Amino acid sequence: MMDINDLYVRMLLGVLAMLAAVVVGLAYKGIDRKIAAHMQSRIGPPLRQPFRDISKLMQKETITPDGAVDWIFHGMPVIGLVAALLLVLYIPWGPLSPPLKAHGDLILVLYLLIIPSLAMALGGFSSGSPVAAIGAQREMVMMMSYEFPLAIVILSLAWFYTRVLPGSAPFAFTTMEAAPIWGLVGPIGFIGAVLLLLSLVVVTPSELSKIPFDAPEAETELGGGLMAEYSGRDLAMFYIADAVKGLVMAAIIVGLFFPHPLSPIVEKYYALPLIMDQPVVAWIIDGLFFLFKVFLVLFATVTTVRVAFPRLKIDKISYIYLVPVSLMALAGTLLLYLDTLGGV
Amino acid sequence: MKLNKNFDRALWAFHVNTGSCNGCDIEIVAALTPRYDVERFGIKLVGSPRHADVLIMAGPVTRAMAPRIKRIYNQTPDPKVVLVVGNCGNTTGVYYESYNILGPIDHFLKQIDPDVKIVHIPGCPPRPEAIIEGAAKAWLVLEELRGEA
Repeated sequence: MMDINDLYVRMLLGVLAMLAAVVVGLAYKGIDRKIAAHMQSRIGPPLRQPFRDISKLMQKETITPDGAVDWIFHGMPVIGLVAALLLVLYIPWGPLSPPLKAHGDLILVLYLLIIPSLAMALGGFSSGSPVAAIGAQREMVMMMSYEFPLAIVILSLAWFYTRVLPGSAPFAFTTMEAAPIWGLVGPIGFIGAVLLLLSLVVVTPSELSKIPFDAPEAETELGGGLMAEYSGRDLAMFYIADAVKGLVMAAIIVGLFFPHPLSPIVEKYYALPLIMDQPVVAWIIDGLFFLFKVFLVLFATVTTVRVAFPRLKIDKISYIYLVPVSLMALAGTLLLYLDTLGGV
Repeated sequence: MKLNKNFDRALWAFHVNTGSCNGCDIEIVAALTPRYDVERFGIKLVGSPRHADVLIMAGPVTRAMAPRIKRIYNQTPDPKVVLVVGNCGNTTGVYYESYNILGPIDHFLKQIDPDVKIVHIPGCPPRPEAIIEGAAKAWLVLEELRGEA
């Protein structure tokens, strides 16, 4: 059991990590909007635009629509934000191990990821607007579709680790960090791991309700969908939850597939033993490298995809996740299995 | 109400066609294109009046649209500004004294809310530059609300 000082340190670390996640998540949102604007040959908003949006939304009136169920309507944004912030405590942030790593693993992360979407859907249903109800129904359908490949990816990774490294904790990020999957697989398993990574990459934009999988929000068609009736502070909370969730999704991909630190490479090839003797320098290098990896993942899975593709219909989204992406993930699992048969 | 400066640079607009011929609507959409790109000022077109700070209204108030305009105006959270785009919305233009028209938008909105904040953008249709300037005037109106101007 942990002693009381350790508990305080963890609480402090957790609060700091949450605040940092909000700031960094919003900053990534700004970068995403700027890059998307440049891709469309626009100038785009300044990088601090999401902070301005939040500041503005906090000053707006928060309306409760007629026919809304008051406590659910105003409670769901809080629950969504809290669940998104809780995720921050269970995910490794580069050199910083998760503040609550001993108390939760990938299964908990998988469940916590559902809560913000579920809160949005419940908020949509409770707002008493038909448009929001349609959005909420679509969100539920989409969740049922993408959770399947997501679960396959995480379970088959965990299964692979129990098989290759017996005795290790298969659902802990630390296992992946100690031995990244690319070093454990042969040529067949490599293809399998790439397929699993691709499945996770396809799941990411719909986990974040981004184009082309933004049918639940669908601004031009449903007028904001399940968010249609939210205003002011409630909308700001969903906005922040969305930003944090984006960061968390990218951090999960980085943590599962690319947990490599940069400092050993810097130390080896640039021979900076004097600087590298200090752990702080290594910590800064790894932290920046982690932020860069998260940026690359978000750029590849969110920004590029949302500029390149139009919105898909909800039945198409469901089909994509339930058939091709699930098959891709299962094929990845099969290849990993064949890899373990051959002996690593 | 005390507003801070971030408000001016993060205006979200909702577009209401109050009976316009679509001329102004096309110019409003043109202001969002890469050529004019209002997003660099933080202006964004949103799909729901609940998210909006600015209601961009175009066209004279027709009898069919009157209850909807009232509803949309009341659905928008405070503080809000109404941007009236085009001659028809400002003066009823060529539809002056038509049997189907209730009058210009500002007259109509003042019956709903005497304190309504309105920015007029004349033109048939106004150029996108004029609409962007109108959005800048909306900042001025919000500054008045802050008690600075």
